[in-house]
Amino acid sequence: MTVSPPVAAAEQPRRSLSRFRSARGRETWAGLAMMAPAAVLLLLFLIVPVLLAFTLSFTNARLISPNPPRFVGLDNFLRAFTADPVFLQSALNTFLFALVVVPVQAGLGLFLAILVNQRLRGTTFFRVVFFVPVVTSIVVVSILWRFMYQSDGLINSMIDTLTLGALQGADWLNDPSTALGAIIVLSIWQAVGFHMIIWLAGLQTIPEELYEAARMDGASRWRQFTNVTWPGLRPTMVFVLVTITIAALGLFVQVDVMTQGGPLNSTSTVVFHAVRKGYEQQEIGYAAAISLLFFVAVLIIALIQRWLTREKN
Amino acid sequence: MTGILERPSRATRPHRSPRSAAPARPRTRTAEGRTGRILTYVSMSVLAVFFLFPLVFMFVSSLKPDAQILQDIDSPAAFLPTGDISLDNYFGVFERVPVGQFLFNSILVTVLTVGLGLVVNSLAGFALSRLRWKGRVVVLALVIATLIVPFETIAVPMVYWVNQLPTLVMEGGVLKYDFGWLNTYQVQIVPFIANAFSIFLFAQYFSTIPTSLDEAARIDGASWFTIYRRIIVPLSGPAFATVAILTFLPAWNQYLWPLMVVQKEELRPVMVGMQYFFQLNTAWGEVMAYTSLITLPVLIVFLVFQRAFVSSIAASGVKG
Repeated sequence: MTVSPPVAAAEQPRRSLSRFRSARGRETWAGLAMMAPAAVLLLLFLIVPVLLAFTLSFTNARLISPNPPRFVGLDNFLRAFTADPVFLQSALNTFLFALVVVPVQAGLGLFLAILVNQRLRGTTFFRVVFFVPVVTSIVVVSILWRFMYQSDGLINSMIDTLTLGALQGADWLNDPSTALGAIIVLSIWQAVGFHMIIWLAGLQTIPEELYEAARMDGASRWRQFTNVTWPGLRPTMVFVLVTITIAALGLFVQVDVMTQGGPLNSTSTVVFHAVRKGYEQQEIGYAAAISLLFFVAVLIIALIQRWLTREKN
Repeated sequence: MTGILERPSRATRPHRSPRSAAPARPRTRTAEGRTGRILTYVSMSVLAVFFLFPLVFMFVSSLKPDAQILQDIDSPAAFLPTGDISLDNYFGVFERVPVGQFLFNSILVTVLTVGLGLVVNSLAGFALSRLRWKGRVVVLALVIATLIVPFETIAVPMVYWVNQLPTLVMEGGVLKYDFGWLNTYQVQIVPFIANAFSIFLFAQYFSTIPTSLDEAARIDGASWFTIYRRIIVPLSGPAFATVAILTFLPAWNQYLWPLMVVQKEELRPVMVGMQYFFQLNTAWGEVMAYTSLITLPVLIVFLVFQRAFVSSIAASGVKG
């Protein structure tokens, strides 16, 4: 948020008769013309859809219908909270998913970053390795893990081998008690490298002098972490937590590819439910209401982020 | 942030200080230091196995017939290209689905989205950071505000919206005016060209270039567009690389959107095409061949440009 206005030499007199001929006028026209393509596109494909989500959520609009949408007040929202148990289940699943993924992914990402931030031979190689799943499409990852999660698949075979037969695997994706957990594991596997890099960038902003001072005071490795590293990572932490939370609340692809929300809706999520209602069942009005609820959740998180980082700025 | 991958030693040094300025910390030679190093390497190796085994399994399985994949699954052979190795699964994929067409579609959509995005967003970033015009501050605030709208919230209403947009279609050799963008290339490209985050990154980068350059060019009679094209663009390679990388992956990986707006097989991108292929109940070996086929190009691009990839992502976090 630090785009400062240019201190240009455009201090020419503004009282030129023809504004269009003046340098100032030309600058205004150039600015508008250069902004126009992006402005029009953002208006058409971001602002209008947001407003549309808002207005449609109060109607019974359908994707393809001979009848124009009719205003139905808060019916869609009432329906979501009182007459649609699958929505409530989906909201709960989404919440559970975020509740596990946010701390685990952030924590593991930080652990990886600290490991590869040491001055040791070969850390570059490990950084690349930990990052490889990030550049693998989540659709590919979902299909691959679905193959591995089969009851006679690789995961169960590895569990059997590693525990010498002491532990038995499960039919991970077909059991309502394990399906969401199975999706959590692969989601973290795929995305954690991304946050490792963000943490790493944060670690590098901490001046080495602080560590030197701490070592001179005889601080242990752990004390150095709690007193120097962690306070220095505060802005990074807020960013990491917020981006993971928003991404986690938007969970869709893994569910669509691996389970279609099943078994028994145990992996249905808010976005998956919105797509099912709005696209497959064509109830755009109701889906818009669900999307709006999702958006409000994201907005609240963004505001909390602002509040947490306020003293920094 | 350019050194994140290449020079790990910089990590513990003061930010932005030249290499020679920071005194090298002597390597710990104590027993404790050695134990620590060994522990670090053991942890990193275990984690490396965890991150790599699914991908190794995928590539290896794509080379084996189904019977052998299942036979090897209980032994280390699952990760080794041993036994009956061939490219048959890959030929099978090409026989069953027009994967060449899917690849073409995805490449077309990705190249146009990224390429047009670079032009449109850098122009906007230029206008917002280096020109003074009425409404600039309001527009900048609006652009930043749109950053928090996740695509998932507007995806479904947007299907309704693009279905009503006007378009031109060729019908029997005549150009006709019609409504509805569903099942077109443009519906996969145009909504994703303008990107608030890209505009923000460009604006931020451009504002670090001294304005004296603009002033000198203005005195020589250069137009604002000339200044953009001849001065700003050539000086902003890193910003263009960062935006290109950050928009390349989402464009290539598009899934939710084309799933809803593209039903015609000949317009499908690779990710959606793969999901349909997967639902045909095909053999796992062929599915693994398909996933390998679309993963390898991106992986190679990443390994070649790893430094740029990582610094782009680091930049996205530090500035955010």
